[in-house]
Amino acid sequence: MLIDTFFFYTFALLTLGGGLLTITRRNAVHSALSLIVSLLGVAGLYLMQQAEFLFAVQIVLYVGGIMVLFLFVIMLVNLDQSARERQFNGQWMVALVAVAAVGAEISWFLYRGQGAFRLADSAGGVSAAASAVTMPGNTEVLADVLFQEYLLPFEIASVLLLVAVVGAVVMAKKRI
Amino acid sequence: MYPVTTVHYLALSAALLLIGTVGVLTRRSIVIILMSIELILNAVNINLVAFSRQAHAVHGQIFAIFVIVDAVAEAAVGLGILIALFRNKETVLADEIDLLKW
Repeated sequence: MLIDTFFFYTFALLTLGGGLLTITRRNAVHSALSLIVSLLGVAGLYLMQQAEFLFAVQIVLYVGGIMVLFLFVIMLVNLDQSARERQFNGQWMVALVAVAAVGAEISWFLYRGQGAFRLADSAGGVSAAASAVTMPGNTEVLADVLFQEYLLPFEIASVLLLVAVVGAVVMAKKRI
Repeated sequence: MYPVTTVHYLALSAALLLIGTVGVLTRRSIVIILMSIELILNAVNINLVAFSRQAHAVHGQIFAIFVIVDAVAEAAVGLGILIALFRNKETVLADEIDLLKW
């Protein structure tokens, strides 16, 4: 249990620290590298919650795919000019106040409702440990549900990806 | 030390969501705004996986996969728009693109 807690706080620190660096750095490449750290922290959190397939997807797709795309675009678009300018827009104070209000709201809800989560968590913890021996792996269960119950959404998601690819090519093309 | 419960994950996810929202609302560079959107979507995914574990059902993780698919589509189209925008207006600052503002 103690090592669990230790890893949770390590990954939480990676996630939040990377996120904070992402939105405060002046250089966009530094922001992208901090975002990679943050995404790796999230991947570790998936692993701690026994979501091994999502852990792999997170690293392969986010860190390997999306972040490389971001870095390519940062190299393609000349950001030296904008790095020297003001980084935050005129509405930052209003935005911070609004976000602080939402944060206070969420923390109040979490504080009031944490008893319900803890009860369900401790009750489920025992049965999870007991069933872990007989349960098939995470990827196997995921595939079963995805290709039986969620087959239509899966196909729609593939069409969405196709549309996004065509759209991105059309957008980035010089003349159509 | 406390054992790590679902509430811990929810609090972490809320913090990440707020960081991402601050990034979207206050930064001027469109690239950073797109990265902040990725942060927000990751916060949603942490929530989904935490609830999936608590309910002992795998459906939350399926939803997380669909959210990741959406994030990929959004990043591809958003960066394509960014390149087209930079070619036409020579800027990547969100508050300089105000053609539709009154």
